[in-house]
Amino acid sequence: MRKKRKAAAKKYTSRVFSALVYLFLYAPIAVVILFSFNTSRRNVLFEGFTLDWYKQMATNHALLESFGNTLAVAGVSTLIATVIGTLTAIAMFRYKFRGKTIIDLLLYIPVVIPEIVLGIALLSVFSLVHVPLGLGSMIVAHVTFQIPFVVFTVRARLSGFDRSIEEAAMDLGANRVRVLTGITIPIIAPGIVSGAVLAFTLSIDDIIISFFTTGARSTTFPLKIMELVRSGVSPDVYALSTIIILATFVVVLISQISVYKANQRALKSKYKEKQK
Amino acid sequence: MAKAIVEIKNVNKFYGDNHVVKDLDMEIYEGEFLSILGPSGCGKTTTLRMIAGFEQQTDGVITVEGERVENKEPFERNVNTVFQSYALFPHMTVHDNVAYGLKMKKVKKAEIAGRVEDALSMVRLEGFGKRYPAQLSGGQRQRVAIARAIINNPRVLLLDEPLGALDMKLRKQMQIELKNLQKQLGITFVYVTHDQEEALTMSDRIAVMSGGVLEQIGTPAEIYEKPTTKFVADFIGETNLFEAVEAHVRDDGTVCLNAEAGELTGADPRFSAAELVYLSVRPEKTLASESPVTGFSLRGTVRENIYIGTVVKSTVVLQNGQEIRVSSIAGAPVPAAGSARYIHWNPGDAVIIHSKSNTILDLMDSLDLGAYVAGGA
Ligand SMILES: Nc1ncnc2c1ncn2[C@@H]1O[C@H](COP(=O)(O)OP(=O)(O)OP(=O)(O)O)[C@@H](O)[C@H]1O
Ligand SMILES: [Mg+2]
Repeated sequence: MRKKRKAAAKKYTSRVFSALVYLFLYAPIAVVILFSFNTSRRNVLFEGFTLDWYKQMATNHALLESFGNTLAVAGVSTLIATVIGTLTAIAMFRYKFRGKTIIDLLLYIPVVIPEIVLGIALLSVFSLVHVPLGLGSMIVAHVTFQIPFVVFTVRARLSGFDRSIEEAAMDLGANRVRVLTGITIPIIAPGIVSGAVLAFTLSIDDIIISFFTTGARSTTFPLKIMELVRSGVSPDVYALSTIIILATFVVVLISQISVYKANQRALKSKYKEKQK
Repeated sequence: MAKAIVEIKNVNKFYGDNHVVKDLDMEIYEGEFLSILGPSGCGKTTTLRMIAGFEQQTDGVITVEGERVENKEPFERNVNTVFQSYALFPHMTVHDNVAYGLKMKKVKKAEIAGRVEDALSMVRLEGFGKRYPAQLSGGQRQRVAIARAIINNPRVLLLDEPLGALDMKLRKQMQIELKNLQKQLGITFVYVTHDQEEALTMSDRIAVMSGGVLEQIGTPAEIYEKPTTKFVADFIGETNLFEAVEAHVRDDGTVCLNAEAGELTGADPRFSAAELVYLSVRPEKTLASESPVTGFSLRGTVRENIYIGTVVKSTVVLQNGQEIRVSSIAGAPVPAAGSARYIHWNPGDAVIIHSKSNTILDLMDSLDLGAYVAGGA
């Protein structure tokens, strides 16, 4: 009897605890969504429902442009960093060469170095070689800090990779390019995708490095918000944020559903095998 | 039968300073089942990989179907490999795995479908085409790997310890299936293993390697009954091995030998006095009698008798401490543990291995001087 009550108490506290964690995580997000529909400009009280901020956002060219810049920088830099990072990881996995350990170590530097130092360093390089600051310079800067993350995730995926799979493909008539595109890359694709997602996320909300390497007319969404914070954030920023949150939510949902479905499929076929 | 399909001539392989394959000379005949047998690290895989084209020999020549292959990519050689780890493509179905080779050769889709079906039925995997490798058992994966290789109609199939990861029972079953498949297809199998029983039961010929050197190549019976090196005698099956010096030829043509354990007798036409030799005699040919036998002075004490189904394995400890194994058919009288026995054998049942001057004697044989040397002793 006492045991039962103890177990119930345990269950109860663990539920309360996880509820608190979720509250802590999601309350700020809920607030942003809520106030994007608030008639009052000041986000203290909810005074009534409106879609005005969404309309205002749709006509706020500066805000939309900054968001477009963010997507462009994140998209292009992720693409470049993913290609370079993946090839680097494959090369480092496949070949032994002199100075490999040094290259290995050097990869960690951009990760552990304070971002502000990296930002200043990049800025001084750009001014040294007279690269005009703008989207281009920002893309180069983002690629710099994205590459190590892509290399790390792809390499983690490669660590369990059996090289005789590539040899088997060559044995069966595939040339080196077909082995890479048809065998190696599809097998390590999950690693490449998660590396790309990580790189994209890092780029989207980067402030410090973007701050140093951006030009006058190429501000990004995070930089724009930083700028607005000084004069007070207006609810149209909440509106755009809400849209971003929903978009993220949908993407996560879709990916989770596809993973779930794949697992179900695997389970089902296992079950069938057992019945046989 | 004896037409060579793969020839390996004087091949050496170095990894840095590590001399892994040494002066390898070997002919692999068309349609035979050849096993490469040897302890771990002796260069079996390296040899196979040089034939397949994954590894380049440091020097020497390898030919497949009479053509030198050093400048040919793996897929340009009419040879396919079955890997120990199976190396199936995990992101493809069984069907796509098996079809891969044909797809690379741009065979028409309709033809591919039929041939994949044939290959799968040959390894008894009909209906498994839609599965992924992760949904198969170890034995089934092994069969897919074999189907994926044989669908290309190679002249030679290279198999690197293909059954190494399977449990004993499945292993035995797959051994029979592989052997039948080889007979049915009529292609040459080069089969790497470190399991001597497997090699002895499956092979037409066995190449025994040790430390990068080809010790002996021959039929299972030759390898077992007429080992030419100490390593082979010791490595294949159980044996009683004596290091001895040849003393003289007796009137009946047998050779008297002096070992540390005592005097022994063997039969060997090649003979040079005072040469260091090894004498190997299998436990089933070794006899233990109650009274001394002429030509032998090996006295020992029976330590134990172990019954293993149809045979009894006795251990006799000689006076110098050497342990001799004697196996006899169960039911025959067995000496009691602790009793004294005299070890001997029929001289013709022992094999004399010339330790170092092998090559010199071979040379003399080929010059027809052998008779002169033996007669002059
Ligand atoms: N890529 C390599 N680089 C350097 N040394 C190697 C390489 N591959 C093999 N070796 C060495 O060559 C020797 C022979 O290796 P190999 O793989 O041919 O042995 P094996 O007979 O197949 O052994 P096992 O039965 O354990 O598979 C070993 O000493 C091994 O350490
Ligand atoms: Mg090996």
